[in-house]
Amino acid sequence: MAYLDITHLEKSFGPNRVVKDFNLGIEKGEFISLLGPSGCGKTTVLRMVAGFETPSSGNILIEGQDILGIPPARRKIGMVFQSYALFPNLTVAQNVAFGLKVAGVGREQSDARVAEMLGIIGLPDLGQRYPFQLSGGQQQRVALARALAIQPRVLLLDEPLSALDAKIRVSLRNEIREIQQRLGITTIFVTHDQEEALSMSDRIVVMHEGIAEQVGSPFEIYNQPSTRFVANFVGTLNVFEGVVVDANKGTVRVGESDLQLKHNLAGMSAASPVSLALRPEVLSLTPESRKDADISGKIVDLNFLGSVIWIKVEIGKSTILIDMFNSPNTKPPAIGDKVKLHFASSDILVLND
Amino acid sequence: MMTRIAAWGAIILGVLYFLLPLVGMTEFSLKMRRGVYSFDAYAKVLGDPQFQQTFGYSVLMALATIVFGVLLVVPTAYWVRLKLPAARPFIEFITLLPLVIPAIVIVFGYIRLYNTSSWLPMTGSITGTNILLMMGYATLALPYMYRSVDTGLRTLDIATLTEAAQSLGAGWITILARIIMPNVLVAVLSGAFLTFAIVIGEFTMAALLDRPAFGPYMQILGANRAYEPPALAVIAFAITWACMGLIQLVTRLSKHSRALQGMEH
Repeated sequence: MAYLDITHLEKSFGPNRVVKDFNLGIEKGEFISLLGPSGCGKTTVLRMVAGFETPSSGNILIEGQDILGIPPARRKIGMVFQSYALFPNLTVAQNVAFGLKVAGVGREQSDARVAEMLGIIGLPDLGQRYPFQLSGGQQQRVALARALAIQPRVLLLDEPLSALDAKIRVSLRNEIREIQQRLGITTIFVTHDQEEALSMSDRIVVMHEGIAEQVGSPFEIYNQPSTRFVANFVGTLNVFEGVVVDANKGTVRVGESDLQLKHNLAGMSAASPVSLALRPEVLSLTPESRKDADISGKIVDLNFLGSVIWIKVEIGKSTILIDMFNSPNTKPPAIGDKVKLHFASSDILVLND
Repeated sequence: MMTRIAAWGAIILGVLYFLLPLVGMTEFSLKMRRGVYSFDAYAKVLGDPQFQQTFGYSVLMALATIVFGVLLVVPTAYWVRLKLPAARPFIEFITLLPLVIPAIVIVFGYIRLYNTSSWLPMTGSITGTNILLMMGYATLALPYMYRSVDTGLRTLDIATLTEAAQSLGAGWITILARIIMPNVLVAVLSGAFLTFAIVIGEFTMAALLDRPAFGPYMQILGANRAYEPPALAVIAFAITWACMGLIQLVTRLSKHSRALQGMEH
């Protein structure tokens, strides 16, 4: 049994089922991201773990203990909100000490813990400031310190970086991950930003319409997406349609080229349509030793972005995007050029719906 | 240019309309001693034991009303915003009723419901009548107190603050006392000062419940004396304005309101 076990969790608001048969086991000290678009149910799952929503059915267990009957105030689960939710009438130090005071921790012990927390978040001298005197990034750090001060069993982060500007977001996500690893705290992080999820998580749960579409490491999610939604949502993906030529051998026709897949297409018959996908970065216009497959097409658009050139190539009825590194010694192709796209056949993803 | 002149004209006319009677009244209140201006009328009013007694009673009643009103309105407004947002129009309607139902109707209702032969004979004792009067005052002040507090709550993301406090282990009383109340303190004080001004000048309820309040005293004095009533009216105005001034002062000086302004930015 995992440290935090979520089994058959369901939630409906009226006739709308927003979370459908959600199952997840989280190990102690693990950092899990719930990734998905708005309305996919990720925040609802988080709020059910926190106790702010009551599940329609299912169970949530921490260390084998069913927490559903426990009110949020007694679950000992820390939470950081998108809007920081610092108490405006309290100073930074009072905010961090709030949970300790509620728990009846003595003054000396509480002061020491507050100082420790402010040290961890890198704001040791700002204890006497009020939240309105801090920047967004500083406020979110204080919110993190406040949630950690009570030594929660699980830390929940509800899109904590969304309200910050891009630069702060990158630095703070690294800090959050570093603090999480240092304290070894079990964390669930909700985000719609794939880059955040990929860079911070031990595992990612990609959610779509209330369902956990795929659970896996960032590497697995990016390189072996199990559904069309996951493939499309995580990273940029070229999806193109083919027709099965020989299902047993894994041969597919795309435009005028035949592609040999690394595995067979069990369950599919000849002449049936199949959706294939390739990441832009696995494609190149020049042959390379490990790139054993190619398809022909025509350049229809080209964007020069400095270090990278985006090239759009028409193949049959589909358009494929390629990322090409800019090299001063290589002249980029021109619109209208006929080209061959080279890739490894193992890079081809066969998408299931 | 013409519109500017017209605007200034309207302002001057308005100021004169409000200030002239006040100036006239104040001037008359200073004319008790023949031929010279003096504060004789004020000295007489302030030295009157009945003034001290009724004013003291009304101040006490105002404080009790404020405490009762705050304990009633803050949790109600908070709960409605947090859990029953659909009920807000209904609650607002209820809180506005004292503005359309005359005080005399309310007090007659009280007397019918709580007279000595009723199931809860509150008018049968002085304490009971005082409590009844305090509740009546709270009803009269409800539109102002509720609106003040509700406006204060609107500036806060109370749902998230509540959840943040809950996740840190706080119960409802801690949340109300340590998070919600301090953050709506300015709004509560605005409501409190308005309540104070209403209670100090209220006549109908106190007179019909036969309690020695400041409102009935002003009425009796006005019916029997010449110079003291305007002096008393000036004092009453001064109290009201002092309350208004305090609202402004508290709003400006409040650390919390600056914090909230910071949040809005």
